[in-house]
Amino acid sequence: MTSFIVPSVILFILLYGLGKGVDLYAALTSGMKAGLRVCADIFPAVLTMLVAVTMVRASGAIDLLSAFLSPLLELLGMPAECLPLALLRPFSGSGALSVGSEVMARTGPDSLAGRVAAVMLGSSDTSFYTIAVYSAYLGLKDTRYTLKAALCADLAAFVMSGLAVRLLMG
Amino acid sequence: MLMSRVVALLALLSLVLGALTGRMAQVSQATVSGAEEAVRLLLRIGGTLCLWNGLMEVMVQSGLAKKVARLLQPLIRLLFGSYAEDETARAAIAQNMAANLLGLGSAATPSGLRAAKRLRELSDRRGVPPHGVFLLIVLNTASLQLLPTTVAALRAGLGAAQPYDILPAVWLSSAVSVTVGMMAARLMRGGGRL
Repeated sequence: MTSFIVPSVILFILLYGLGKGVDLYAALTSGMKAGLRVCADIFPAVLTMLVAVTMVRASGAIDLLSAFLSPLLELLGMPAECLPLALLRPFSGSGALSVGSEVMARTGPDSLAGRVAAVMLGSSDTSFYTIAVYSAYLGLKDTRYTLKAALCADLAAFVMSGLAVRLLMG
Repeated sequence: MLMSRVVALLALLSLVLGALTGRMAQVSQATVSGAEEAVRLLLRIGGTLCLWNGLMEVMVQSGLAKKVARLLQPLIRLLFGSYAEDETARAAIAQNMAANLLGLGSAATPSGLRAAKRLRELSDRRGVPPHGVFLLIVLNTASLQLLPTTVAALRAGLGAAQPYDILPAVWLSSAVSVTVGMMAARLMRGGGRL
């Protein structure tokens, strides 16, 4: 069933645009060009984080940390492979994308850990970065409970990712 | 500044641990393979990211984006209480939510900032702390996603049988995380309506 969603959404967007007299080809290509700029914008961060994370993994540090925290992870139902992703997620979007991709590549995109990593990426965002952008823009000095509430949401997303994958994709 | 420290710390960690565990050769090799993997990653997600940016542009030009935003009005009223009475704030919040739902975080930021600015003006006028802004930020950090296109592209590139079969799990997880974030913000604010 899920395989129908994306093609249907695309078809609907295109037909609706056509019905409203939008120059589809021009709109699509100009949007894609903007997308290319997004790619260029994120590439340096992705490169930096992937090199750093690959180095840390090669040194054995991540295995050590995962082994140390594995009882806690088991309690939360989170595969140990996903721990680095959970730790990095609130700090860096491109970093999380890099680590998530590395987990999926190593364990396979259809493995439990690979799926949990994908769901984690899909259901959480870069809390520290988002808060920094908004408070810098508004010149807010004190965001009070915002960070705590955002981290509660992140934690809920991590725990739920493990649960949801087991529950819905068992 | 934070990211600079994180990167420096990671490099230091891998050097010290690599030396201790005798895996320096692998650490050295990782600098090359990590850089190569970054290019692969961009190739995997780049096309899909551009495709959805193009479709989003069609949605904006055809007015479909505004229609989706209108569907979100009841939810905005529920979350933002009296702030939702303000037309400008409501429209910007709706646009921000619509872009988030499509998994286009970068397209969500401009409207999100516009909404935040307006919400702040409203609370300044009332002489109260900008709780509406805090709520909007939490909403954006919790990422309410319907179509996680980037993640699906990543899975497809790595050979997943059905890249989008994670959708129901993402919806469940997103919904719980947003609800927890909203409730936490409400509790820490001391409850009550906005």
